[in-house]
Amino acid sequence: MTGALNVLTFVNNKYTNIKNRQAALGGNVGVLLKVEGLKKSFGGIAALRDARFELEAGSVHALCGGNGAGKSTFLSILMGIYRRDAGKIWRDGREVEFGSPAEALAAGIAIIEQELSPVPHMTVAENIFLGREPPGRFGGVDFRKMNAAAQAILDDLGFAIPVTQHMHGLSVAQMQLVEIAKALSHDAEVIFMDEPTSAIGEREAHQLFTVVRRLRAQGRGIVYVSHRLSEIFDVADHYTVFRDGAYVASGSLADVDRAGLIRMIVGREVSEEYTKVNTPTDEEGLSVAGLTSPGKIADISFTVRKGEIFGIYGLMGSGRSEIFDCLFGLDRSSKGAVKLFGKPVSLATPAQAIAAGVALVTEDRKLTGLNLSDSIRGNICVASLPELSPNFVVSAAREAAASRETIERFHIRAGRDTDLVSSLSGGNQQKVVLGKWFLRNPRMLLLDEPTRGVDVGAKREISRIVGDFAAAGGTVAMISSEIDELLGVADRIMVMRDGRAVGILDRSEANAEKLVHLSV
Amino acid sequence: MIHKENRAKSVQESSIKPHRAIGSGTLKRIAREYGIYLAFAILVIVLSFANQYFLTQSNISNVLLQTSINGVLAFGMTFVVITRGIDLSVGSVLALAGIVSSSFATTSSIAAVAGGPYPVFVALAIGVFIGAAAGAIVGVIVARFAVPAFVATLGMLSAARGLTLIYAGGRPVPALTPQFRWIGTGNLFGIPAPVIIFGAVFLFSWFVLSRTRFGRYVYAVGGNPRAAKTSGIDVIRIRFAVYVICGALAGLAGMLLAARTGSALTQAGIGYELDAIAAVVIGGVSLSGGVGRVTGTLIGALIIGVMNNGLDLMGIESYYQQVLKGMLIVGAVMLDQRGNQGE
Repeated sequence: MTGALNVLTFVNNKYTNIKNRQAALGGNVGVLLKVEGLKKSFGGIAALRDARFELEAGSVHALCGGNGAGKSTFLSILMGIYRRDAGKIWRDGREVEFGSPAEALAAGIAIIEQELSPVPHMTVAENIFLGREPPGRFGGVDFRKMNAAAQAILDDLGFAIPVTQHMHGLSVAQMQLVEIAKALSHDAEVIFMDEPTSAIGEREAHQLFTVVRRLRAQGRGIVYVSHRLSEIFDVADHYTVFRDGAYVASGSLADVDRAGLIRMIVGREVSEEYTKVNTPTDEEGLSVAGLTSPGKIADISFTVRKGEIFGIYGLMGSGRSEIFDCLFGLDRSSKGAVKLFGKPVSLATPAQAIAAGVALVTEDRKLTGLNLSDSIRGNICVASLPELSPNFVVSAAREAAASRETIERFHIRAGRDTDLVSSLSGGNQQKVVLGKWFLRNPRMLLLDEPTRGVDVGAKREISRIVGDFAAAGGTVAMISSEIDELLGVADRIMVMRDGRAVGILDRSEANAEKLVHLSV
Repeated sequence: MIHKENRAKSVQESSIKPHRAIGSGTLKRIAREYGIYLAFAILVIVLSFANQYFLTQSNISNVLLQTSINGVLAFGMTFVVITRGIDLSVGSVLALAGIVSSSFATTSSIAAVAGGPYPVFVALAIGVFIGAAAGAIVGVIVARFAVPAFVATLGMLSAARGLTLIYAGGRPVPALTPQFRWIGTGNLFGIPAPVIIFGAVFLFSWFVLSRTRFGRYVYAVGGNPRAAKTSGIDVIRIRFAVYVICGALAGLAGMLLAARTGSALTQAGIGYELDAIAAVVIGGVSLSGGVGRVTGTLIGALIIGVMNNGLDLMGIESYYQQVLKGMLIVGAVMLDQRGNQGE
């Protein structure tokens, strides 16, 4: 009994601690977290150039920015996952440097990540107290104390989740709530929430917002990261905008409207780094009608003409990549009518799609594009082996020739083509993936983020390759989360939101504001 | 094209960024690239000094003979391991194929199949077929139904042993025909028949893995199954095929063993899967797939054979041999892991 009482006092103490600290500051709201001039680059590519941020106690601060603005890098540095290259961080007025997530937690900073990481076969209480279980007799765990403490935290937050339930039996929304409880059980004063509503429904989201408001009332600072602007205006009071890895603006949300915030997120005018060389013909290339995959995309219809670059824009999780999965036979549950060059086709397996002249450059070259333990030559040739070596025995000479041709054609900077593909830079690796498909002389290109994580020079070359392909009468559908790139190369742009196509804009009428408006 | 050595090289290069690895980096690279051949050479040199009998023609022939059965199993295992799989059932499949094929090649009236003994090629075909069939069952379970290879082949390990005992009624199959026994005891140009078969299987495996389209696909599936799938490779078919090959070679090994001992035993091959896996692992084939060569496996099998033989010659008890083999396996993988770091 006394054990349970102790727990409750333990929980109550946390809140009084915070209140006392505020009282000590003379009732003034203090600055919980301050960041200046934060820099970080990966392999020569800057992810963060100059990040600035200031979080006050008792506020919900929205961190805004497009894909690639540097938000995740920023969070990772503050959580002690990445080391910063330059810049300063102050916590409660003291300069800090976190070497590990544990150190950040100890300083009262907790994060609720976009990707949840529950231990499925443990109970809710075990998950909340993972790694710091209250010790019992004989070196065991005091389960009664742990469950009571967990229950107290959940009750306090108003979450009706039994603490002895196993995690795998919970809904995604409930798991999210448990993650929040876990963050709070660390007595965190600064709480980062990274896209907390991306996986939960409307009702759970409102429950979450209630909790966020209660946390704010307790004097904590919440950093709220979300692409959904309506949510930001609903729950946050301050904003900071990042663009291209740098601080752009910050202020009170009361002083800004939706259009103004979008302008800050999108920023500069489209730069002139893209030269358009293709002109769409009147001939039909790819035609898709009523493409549906349960739970992923619904009723997608569009037509891409020969010689056209058809852009697809959408946030992560909007269903954009799933369209390509369906078209390339990677999604078995898909339905819909697909026509290639006027003829109905069945693309049930990748082999069928390839035979029909379709090529797919996937979003993540390391995960699905390349065999990293194989050589450059092996990767270039792997999709063309039946053509290069029609007999059972492979023809080393023809493979070498094909590899040499591809390397020259795409200006792949490689030592010997028998070196491992993983020894190349990101841009050159991506060109290997493109080269692999161009070797098959495709008629239809599906490009999913073809320039992600590559440097400016390689990006320009890839755009040139794709442009030339279309100019020669090829058909291209290209997904990108970079608005500039789409506006620069695409003839038309389809916008995806929540698994549906919400509009197709012509090149002449498309601009960054419209794309963002449609996508959120 | 695709070797562990290459991977080790890339680690070297990436850790030094734009400049190429020079100096001690290159030395380390060479040590890792040719480490296993070097280790084998040192082992042979040391043993040849330690025992004058070691390098005689009859002892070399003896080592190869002792290595041949494990070698045949290990070559089959190499195919499976490159696709990120494992086959624990080879020892049991060896026994099953040995017993069934022997029953077609025995002069014993109790154990023989009606109408036997059959010509030796009939018995051989049946043995290989039994092995391939067992591999096909495992292959379907692993490739089509996505059961982890460890579990599927553990099941086959038990089932095939049971089938062996059922088929033979728990008794060995004795009195094999001289023609059948020849594959285990015969000679051709002074070379023992099992050694010739061992060499032939090596050439076959080397050729298929490094010179055919199928071989490329085996590496592609092991290196990155998702990338292989998007490249239009039938991943399920490739996975299925490697278990069939591994099973067929286990069947062949079963007949070699039966022919050598003169009778097929129901308890043959117990624990053989471990030696086969050991040879593959020592030979530098990565259990995480996509990396490894048949020549590596060959050396791995020879290292085990030479070590056992050398310790025998020096009069060291076989119990110690097991301890040393254990250390060798773990040491080889530790080296492999160090090579992978930083990737």
